[in-house]
Amino acid sequence: MDRVLFGDNQFFGVNHMSEEKARAQAMRFQELSSVIEVLDAAYQEGIRTFMCTTHDRVEEICDYFRANRDRYPDYRFYPCMPYAHKYANAVTEHGTMGALRKFLPEDGAVAAMFRGGVALASKDIEVVAQMLVDAEMKMFHGLSTPVIFIQNVVTDLLLGLGMKDAFRMFADHVRNRYDAEPGFITMNVPRLLDVLEEIGVDNPIVCANINKIGFRMCGGMELYEKTIATRRFRPVAMSVLASGALSPREAIEYVCRQPAIESIVFGASSRGNIRQTKQLIDELTLRPEARALA
Amino acid sequence: MLRMAMVGLGKMGLSHLAILGSHPGVKVVACCDQNAYLTDVLSKHTGLKCYDDTDRLMQSEQLDAVVIATPSKLHARMVEKALQRNLHVFCEKPFVLDVPDGERLAAMAESRGLVNQVGYHYRFVGAFQEAARVVQSGALGKVHHIRAEAYGPVVLRPKGSTWRSSKDEGGGALYDYACHALDLVNFIHTPPASVSGVALNSLFSRDVADEVYCTMSFRDGATGQLCVNWSDESCRKMTTRISVWGTNGRLCADRQECQIYLRVPHPAVPACNGGWVSRYTTELTQPVWYYLRGEEYSAQIDYFVKAIENQRRDNVNSFRSALQTDKLVEMILAQVGGGRAIPVTVAASVRPRGFWARVLG
Repeated sequence: MDRVLFGDNQFFGVNHMSEEKARAQAMRFQELSSVIEVLDAAYQEGIRTFMCTTHDRVEEICDYFRANRDRYPDYRFYPCMPYAHKYANAVTEHGTMGALRKFLPEDGAVAAMFRGGVALASKDIEVVAQMLVDAEMKMFHGLSTPVIFIQNVVTDLLLGLGMKDAFRMFADHVRNRYDAEPGFITMNVPRLLDVLEEIGVDNPIVCANINKIGFRMCGGMELYEKTIATRRFRPVAMSVLASGALSPREAIEYVCRQPAIESIVFGASSRGNIRQTKQLIDELTLRPEARALA
Repeated sequence: MLRMAMVGLGKMGLSHLAILGSHPGVKVVACCDQNAYLTDVLSKHTGLKCYDDTDRLMQSEQLDAVVIATPSKLHARMVEKALQRNLHVFCEKPFVLDVPDGERLAAMAESRGLVNQVGYHYRFVGAFQEAARVVQSGALGKVHHIRAEAYGPVVLRPKGSTWRSSKDEGGGALYDYACHALDLVNFIHTPPASVSGVALNSLFSRDVADEVYCTMSFRDGATGQLCVNWSDESCRKMTTRISVWGTNGRLCADRQECQIYLRVPHPAVPACNGGWVSRYTTELTQPVWYYLRGEEYSAQIDYFVKAIENQRRDNVNSFRSALQTDKLVEMILAQVGGGRAIPVTVAASVRPRGFWARVLG
């Protein structure tokens, strides 16, 4: 994984601090060209990976990169699935089974099973999970997707329910079908690591809030720091700036001080902010030999 | 360790089940739902004991408390069964569809000394708690107007096949969205004494309102407005906002932030020397042991568990408190003669076909 990954919240009206800012951003990025402009700026600053949800609009971004491979020969996507609100709204409108039906292909064996109301055996839920992943992955066909993440709302739901098998199914499918590493976004790192260890997902890529004010780091900062320093996993830090509650320098200093953190994902809307954050990360990141000693 | 059961495994039920499952003070003994696919998958992959009948669940299991997240129509019946067995009850919102049922159940829970709580989770959101604190401190002066708004993209097509689209089962934007906004009004100020100028409009739904508007009048002379629309695609998800105007200023709060304008400084808002000040979710939110969708969902369950452990009987979101919201719903429905929503003529589905529709046909 690259040290710096580019996130997508700013493009889709997600802002954890202000709904007004979120709406202003949603307006600003209505046109694909303004999204591409920002991705381009990030590319020019040396950021080669776009970590994005499977929002409907990402399809247009994928189309653009497919059409312009020559300009971005080394560009990579890290899909994060699913874009949960489309499912949540569908569940309110159609019920759990109705929503599942809506998102699965209408023909074929699985759909037939649902229509018949057949209760599924162990093997079949794996098929359903695979089909949901495949449906989300369609928009990325032909693009490089070396890491595929499950979004925290799903990771943490499965974690709380104790559906441990589901993590195994996801990891296997992503490896077998897409030759990709599975990634897990979570707000509950220590608890998730226990489960992944138990089911044998070794050295997992785990993306979580890691920030100096302990915002959404369940279990507490101290436990997070200890977990990051001592346990075998590949941490990706997100919400490093705690939605703007920290100054960029102290925010990035905090993360870079923890050498086990492999990557940092951040989103920004202006070339200036992208450059500033990228340069800070470059400046404050220990050189590999120093990281090995730390 | 409290022995608890989860009744109803819809969207909220599954979320509650996950939160309960991770709570260090709770053992989830069993769950109950009639969706056999879901309960088969759950029992197969988590080992959780599942029932399809609440009576059998309650007869067979030794329980301390239940969480009820069935369709709203069933709340009263389920809550009553649980109280009869002396179980502490957490019930999803809205509490009940018939106010007399709610009166009876609140009295029953109180007389038996059982913890009773309803899932108005906005009361556990830091920014709304701050809004309530500031308003109640008197910092805004005499409050004269309150606006409660909730918008979101739930029903965007003339279609819908769940209980949420059925008037008699507690569906529609009135029960689903407006209840939250009304409960925030009760939380931040006081319950309105009357409502008028009610508009219940159907945009896409056949039987229920997709929009709810009304004027509220308070005993202290203040007025208010309720504006709710769950067919608003411009919102990415449910967006709830409360605005309060007083003689000394104004306040505006949503899930993320609480903005306050004061004409004259007040000790309850020390950061404000007159003019605007914003307090953000990052500073207002208390950490939780496990996060799913928002701290407030975990916080309200933890609060319920601690209320049982500490034998607390004056908890937030009690049946009695939630009943005030149910009464407002009843008042709104009475204004339109029983609640038949008025269809607003709109062209057939205006939503452009999305990615899913295109790929999956």
